Amino acid sequence: MNVSLTIPKQLDITAIRQEFPVLNRKVKGKPLIYLDNAATSQKPQRVIDAINYYYSNHNANIHRGIHTLAEEATAAFEETRDAVKSFIGAGSREEIIFTKGTTEGINLVAYSWGRKNIQAGDEIIISYMEHHSNIVPWQLLCEEKKAVLKVIPISDKGELLMEEYKNMLGPKTKLVSIVHVSNALGTVNPVKQMISDAHAVGALVMVDGAQSAVHLDIDVLDLDCDFFAFSAHKLYGPTGVGVLYGKKELLESMPPFQGGGEMIKEVSFEKTIFNDLPYKFEAGTPNIADVIAFKYALQFIHSTGRERIRLHEQDLLEYAHVELEKIPGLQIIGKAREKVSVVSFIISNAHPQDIGILLDNQGIALRTGHHCAQPLMDRFCIPGTARASFAVYNTKFEIDELVKGLYKVVKILS
Amino acid sequence: MSPQLSILETEREIIEEFALFDSWDDKYEYIIDMGKTLPALEPIFKTDENRVRGCQSSVWLIADYQEGKLIYKADSDAMIVKGLISMLIRVLSGRTADEILGAKLDFIREIGMTTHLAQTRSNGLLSMIKQMKHYAIAYKIKDPVPSKN
Repeated sequence: MNVSLTIPKQLDITAIRQEFPVLNRKVKGKPLIYLDNAATSQKPQRVIDAINYYYSNHNANIHRGIHTLAEEATAAFEETRDAVKSFIGAGSREEIIFTKGTTEGINLVAYSWGRKNIQAGDEIIISYMEHHSNIVPWQLLCEEKKAVLKVIPISDKGELLMEEYKNMLGPKTKLVSIVHVSNALGTVNPVKQMISDAHAVGALVMVDGAQSAVHLDIDVLDLDCDFFAFSAHKLYGPTGVGVLYGKKELLESMPPFQGGGEMIKEVSFEKTIFNDLPYKFEAGTPNIADVIAFKYALQFIHSTGRERIRLHEQDLLEYAHVELEKIPGLQIIGKAREKVSVVSFIISNAHPQDIGILLDNQGIALRTGHHCAQPLMDRFCIPGTARASFAVYNTKFEIDELVKGLYKVVKILS
Repeated sequence: MSPQLSILETEREIIEEFALFDSWDDKYEYIIDMGKTLPALEPIFKTDENRVRGCQSSVWLIADYQEGKLIYKADSDAMIVKGLISMLIRVLSGRTADEILGAKLDFIREIGMTTHLAQTRSNGLLSMIKQMKHYAIAYKIKDPVPSKN
């Protein structure tokens, strides 16, 4: 018997890269090195083809038409819901709401659940490492309801101070809305523990999974989170599609987020009867083509193998940490024990914007700035960072090129 | 002192200087060098009020009015942006409000810096030009017929 059959095979990165047509292009005359995956990942050919195929063969409005195209489009659309359900381990397909993205998912909960359940004096807990989209909806809600927003502080390494969190929880806590993985630091937060702590005081928990869904195995039943939101475009899928998972009994108790078509059963001018889950929260014609194509992104992740992707990305992360720190004056921001493949850094006497522009000249795409997490930047007393984030198709060669590029940047700026 | 070149002549001069470089790195090194020649702005001027909105880096811009002409001073904490603004100052500073408002600044395109004109949050060149023109409008309203007093 061949024992090696039971060991996960190493990824064939060359073959994987061939699935992503954009990786063949040049930028400023140099081969593209795309290291801005935390902002959005590139799309495999099968996702691009699915969008094209849908418009060429099935295009119809879904759920109401009785003609063949409408039936085909509806079936394909609903297949993605089933694929998402198993991807995140949800209990039922009614718990999967399609949105525009993570931001809309969080806003939906803040607007619908929040406005119904939050009262004056209630407390909502977030953390210092939240993206603006997990800050502003709660600020608006707290302002409107005279509720209190509390913020979990973090350590210099970029980890939540869990003792402080536990001390914040109390009878007034109604909701904890926490980022699973920090977009700016890469920190993986211990959400399972945080959820159980919050539930112990009767609070609900919303998890912002924008960065985690692509890197970690998500099992919403195991986490026991009440809401979980993420975006397709960070998971090799199309832009304009997101998912909000919510526990069924919660979603059923919540008023609709937006009114319109699709979300109703009967409308008269006296009264409207809302549709059942999940359609109650999907007012208007959804982004049909991109939802359908999203299934192929999930299929790509599944066939490539979550565990193999994770091992590859962790390998890249460790390599990047070691190699980047060899550069004089470079400091990595965010050194949590548990991290995904995101490396934020600053270089003394080099503004992140200059780093970004000069790397772009060399065909290297990374993100610079405050990463929509200004409170976090203030916490570290920096205007922003440069951030390299790796996906399944990235290689150690590309990290070497980044390091070479940074040496050049330092030379130019000195 | 030789007479001051016109806006268009200055633009042409910059285009000719950039024609000497064929790599992007060289172009940017030149921009950074130009930034280094820009005198630092005194800290008292580095206020929120003087900050140009819409830049990923901090840019401060002020304008004086002397003998009917606007004199710009600026600074930034990022070197490329400082270089870009020093180029704008070279072209627009010491001109009348009308000259500044009429400037099309085509040289930016000609030297390949259009990416910095893009409407993204990270590129502030457009905001800088807008701010410079706002100063020109403000002084034009204050002093409709510039007197060379």
